[in-house]
This record gives sequence, structure tokens and C-alpha cells, in this order.
Amino acid sequence: MVQSLRRLKESPSQTAGPYVHIGATPNFSGIEGVYPHDLGSLPLAPEVEGERIVVTGRIFDGSGTPIKDALVEIWQADAQGLYPGQGERRGAADPHFPGWFRQPVDGTSGVYRFETIKPGIVPYFDGRPMAPHITFWIVARGINIGLHTRLYFGDEDKANAADPILGRIEHRLRVPTLIAPRSDADGKPVYTFDIRLQGENETVFFDI
Amino acid sequence: MRNDNSSHQGGSFYQRDRSWHPPAFTPDYKTSVLRSPKYALLSLGNTLSEMTGPVFGHAMLGPLDNDLILNYAQTGEPIGPRIIVHGQVLDEDARPVRGALVEFWQANAGGRYRHKKESYLAAIDPNFGGCGRTITDEEGRYWFRTIKPGPYPWPNGVNDWRPAHIHFSVFGHAFAQRLITQMYFEGDPMIWQCPIVMGIPSREAVERLVAALDRENTLPMDTMAYKFDIVLRGRRSTLFENRMEGN
Repeated sequence: MVQSLRRLKESPSQTAGPYVHIGATPNFSGIEGVYPHDLGSLPLAPEVEGERIVVTGRIFDGSGTPIKDALVEIWQADAQGLYPGQGERRGAADPHFPGWFRQPVDGTSGVYRFETIKPGIVPYFDGRPMAPHITFWIVARGINIGLHTRLYFGDEDKANAADPILGRIEHRLRVPTLIAPRSDADGKPVYTFDIRLQGENETVFFDI
Repeated sequence: MRNDNSSHQGGSFYQRDRSWHPPAFTPDYKTSVLRSPKYALLSLGNTLSEMTGPVFGHAMLGPLDNDLILNYAQTGEPIGPRIIVHGQVLDEDARPVRGALVEFWQANAGGRYRHKKESYLAAIDPNFGGCGRTITDEEGRYWFRTIKPGPYPWPNGVNDWRPAHIHFSVFGHAFAQRLITQMYFEGDPMIWQCPIVMGIPSREAVERLVAALDRENTLPMDTMAYKFDIVLRGRRSTLFENRMEGN
């Protein structure tokens, strides 16, 4: 025998289930009066610096059907590329920008939608710049462990081409699954990021 | 308020042991069949995007957020066995995770969720909403009061029932630690018949999700107690680490 490392094991994941909205977005699910608003759902404060954008899309299962009961969380840097919250030691992020948002997909159309800002550039661990990106975390009934992926921006061809993460994707045909094309509506850029859990054009998911 | 784990901030997180968690594809849990990615996950060493995370301050909490007996009470208190659920949020090195937001949701004592898509015949309890939240203290501890949820049937097999459970969502100190799981109750035979639970590969791992009846914290003539510890990913100390600018 040798000495024990005395480490614990991470609690095993279990699916968020069909009623995740009761816990995460109770007001959306009709349980009102418990919390003043659903966490992560408040609109951006006017003071937040940065270009206002819309990020929207649907999540498709392996049959091509949009799923109607998913919950999406996003986490991103501010306009200067600094993370709010904890773990950022390069400087203070925009104090008005939370960096984290959470939305259910629409129960009928399956569409999710975030109004946020375009994030700045964040360095990779070796100091190279990563192209602007938003981290996505998806949970739903039938998903046993939350799925991590990233949205990259369709109007950042040059930065995307130099991005160290995108560069590691061996099957180059899969790179576009992480790149959200841009359109414009109501004077704002709209990035459409459809996520395919399985099947043709399955989105690249990360083990982080 | 900042809640950095100051003595161990900065290191990247231990690799998640995917053989310990349920795999994405667990065909006895039918919904997983079309919702499981088929390609291998792309291994991504932690970058700042994963090693940072949101902070939630105690100021956001209402006084009844951790009391599901009272936080939706309309005409009286909900029906069912009164319980306290408490425990510690730790990392894999058994260090307390301070300032962690813990959210929980559950069915009522009859096994019915307050949700429009729920079709179980058991009655809605007019005094029970089924959601709550809290933030761990300086020792990583949390606690809340609720009623014990009932088991309920679900459309998977022709006659599948879920064991009584409470859903948990936990935010640690970084987005890499984000976790959703479920708590089960000691002594429930239905745990071992549930296709969702049995997607977890080992009995040892399942047992980490079974809360122990905690007689010592039971309030006489008032409330039973269950203890449920939650473990989030650990992170490397920055021993001899050659750290680049910006990380």
C-alpha cells in the first residue's frame, strides 16, 4: 500500500430533467412570487459598454427536431476581454456586465434568445489571442451531463482562422458548427447559433 | 462580494472522470438516445473562459429562498413530511467551496410537479411551489427546509417510476465546475430500479447521490433531517507552474 491522496470524487451528474424550469426559471414556468425575477434573465443595464448583439438559435436532436425543454446558460468576457465574477486577475471587468445569462428555449418554437454584447479577445493559456467567443452550457431532459460548447462569430474570419481552439479541430468540416453567421435586424447584429446534439453536422462539444 | 478560494486560486481543474459520470447515451433512458452526441468530445485544456465564473452575492437571496415550506404558502403550509436538507459543498481535495450558489427543485409530497407539462394524477399542492436556493457559507455549508417529495411515474418504460428525489444545480468558483445532479433518499428501493439513476456506471458513484438520514440534526416533534454533501471538481495548486501572462 502507498499513502492515500485523500481525494474525493466529483458528485455524478444527473439530467436536469423536464422540470428544470421550476428550479432555474420559476417565473417562466408560472411559479411567481418566489423570486422577483428569473436569475440571469435581466436585460443589460444601459451603462454596459460594448456593441449590443442578439444571439439566438435552436437546439436539434438526432432526428432533426428542435427540442422544446432545454435550458441554455452562456458565459462570456466583457467588451475589453475581461471576465466579470471570479477567477479573472488581469484587471477589473465592466462592473455593470454580469457575463452570465440563462434562458429557456421557447416551449413552442424551441428558439432561445440572448441580448448581450460582443465580447473582447481573451488570451489562450500560452498568451495567443482566442477569437471572441461565448461559452454555452446546455442541459435538458435526456442530457445526462451538461454539454459545453462555444459560439464563435461569423464576422470574425481572421480571428477565427488564428484561434487556437478552432485550430485543434482535426475534422475541419466540423469547424463551422461553432461559427454563428451574422444577419442584422432592428439595427443590431443577430448571430444565429443552432446546436445539433447528434447526427448530420453534430456540434463540436468540449471536455473542459 | 468576491469569493475566490484565495489559497488555491488560479490552477486548472482536474480532468473530469467521464467513466464515473453517466455517459451521454444510456438507451434505457429513452430520451437520451437522440440527445446524446455521437462524436468524441474535444478535449480542451482549461482556458480563462472555463477557469472564471459568475459570482452571486447573498444580497440576491430573499429570506424564504431556502424555505420551501413557506416560500409558496398561500392558505397554509404544504402537506407532507417536513425535512431539513443540509450538507457541504466541497471540491475534490475536500476543501469547502464558499459562496457557491445552490438551487434546488422538486415535486410535492404526492410526487406532482407544479408544471404544465406534468400529467401525473396526484394533486397539486396549492401551498407548494417546489423551488429554492441558497449560497454556501464560509465552510461551504448550505441548508434548506422543505417537504419530502414523493415518487412519481414517468413515460419511459410502460411502468417506470422515479425514486423520490430533489434536483440540485451548483455553481462553484468557475464555469468548469458547473454541475446539475439529483439527491435521493437513504433506504429507497426505487433508486436501484430507475433507468436515469442506473445510467451511472457504478454502485459506488450512485451512493454518492444518496442522502443519509441524519438523526442528530432532526428537530424533535418538528422536522427530520437528511445530509447531502456535494463534490465539485478540484483544481491544481500552482506548484512550480510556469504561468503565462494572462492566465
